[in-house]
Amino acid sequence: MIRARGLGRSFGERDILRGLDLDIPEGSFVLVTGRNGAGKSTLLQILARLLAPTSGELEVDVDRGRVGYVAHDPLVYRELTGAENLELYARLFRVPSRKERIAELLERYGLWEARDERVASYSRGMGQRLALCRALLHDPALLLLDEPYSALDREGSELLDRELASLVGTRTIVLSSHQPERVDALATLRLALS
Amino acid sequence: MSGYLGDVAALLRKDLLLELRSRETVPAMLLFVVSALVVFHFAVPEDFASEIEKALQQTVPRELKDETERVVTLGLLWVALLFTAILGLTRSFVAEREQRVFDGLVLAPCDRSAIWLAKALAFTAFLLIAEVIALPAFALFYGGVDGTTILALLLANVGIASVGTLLSAVAAASRTRELLLPLLFLPLAIPIVVGGVGASLAVGGSGKYLAFLALYDAVFAIISWAAFEYVVTE
Repeated sequence: MIRARGLGRSFGERDILRGLDLDIPEGSFVLVTGRNGAGKSTLLQILARLLAPTSGELEVDVDRGRVGYVAHDPLVYRELTGAENLELYARLFRVPSRKERIAELLERYGLWEARDERVASYSRGMGQRLALCRALLHDPALLLLDEPYSALDREGSELLDRELASLVGTRTIVLSSHQPERVDALATLRLALS
Repeated sequence: MSGYLGDVAALLRKDLLLELRSRETVPAMLLFVVSALVVFHFAVPEDFASEIEKALQQTVPRELKDETERVVTLGLLWVALLFTAILGLTRSFVAEREQRVFDGLVLAPCDRSAIWLAKALAFTAFLLIAEVIALPAFALFYGGVDGTTILALLLANVGIASVGTLLSAVAAASRTRELLLPLLFLPLAIPIVVGGVGASLAVGGSGKYLAFLALYDAVFAIISWAAFEYVVTE
């Protein structure tokens, strides 16, 4: 599903990724670890095709609309409500039965009561929960999660644990984390960037 | 509504909602255009042709004085509206840039030009609002404008929004976006000013200028629509 040979990315003079080879079969759960600045976020952005590699070859056998991506920012509009943001994304991602799917995710992630509040009034944790709802909305075949546990409280982290456990094997997941022990048991592949 | 137009409608609704709630772009454009016209009013007084007459110490025919005033003041109107447009365009992609929403939008399987079209339509609406305020203010200081000028402004809006929205997306990726946008936009806006002022001033022959504006709109709308995909892809 994902194949990379000699993948590299530089920003100016600085090499963030260099000579990375990857073979990720469909249904894998890849745990990406590494110190700050090792290139975890860069790798996920390249896999999402938001960033082009500066060297090497990459094949991602997933259509653009089948990728779910959780970044450091929630990638939502602060002046729209949580429900309005999801409604917009659901429309653009061609989600069938939009209202039902949005309601299901908002309830599951504990945002139902806050659905009509502007995202600007959300806490960081609520923003991260909304980002997870956004990324899962269209039932993606490839799920890219960049530090998904950041800002989540214990309840939110446990919710994500359960979500990931239920998704393992059903789709390809690439997750970067500074808390590898949290998902280590689920991982089928481990990638340590240095 | 489904497909491409449905995407455009959803994105346009979002852009209008964002402005309705944040009120950051339209009020700034209104304040700017009115302020610019007030400054022009004092810098170029209504009867400035009489001052020229005094300086020359000879009588200038009334028709020549009127025509001179018309040429200069209509030029001021176009300058004020063009710079008001730049002010609005610098804010076109602020929400997407500051909240990194672009990354979320470009992952969607929809045609990316829908993002451009929705932004261009929203910006056209903002520019129209600015003109609804600017034209009475201009009339107050310098006299009213005719139907041809209004038609030229409407056609110019399409060109300004098409090119400006594309260039605003280009500039949004840069750290020097406030400098980059006018540098990119103003050279491409010169034909709009030529066509607009030409249409306003031409006596009986404004048709060719209006046709020129319409041609500009069509050519640059198609180029911008097609090029947006490459602008948002790294």
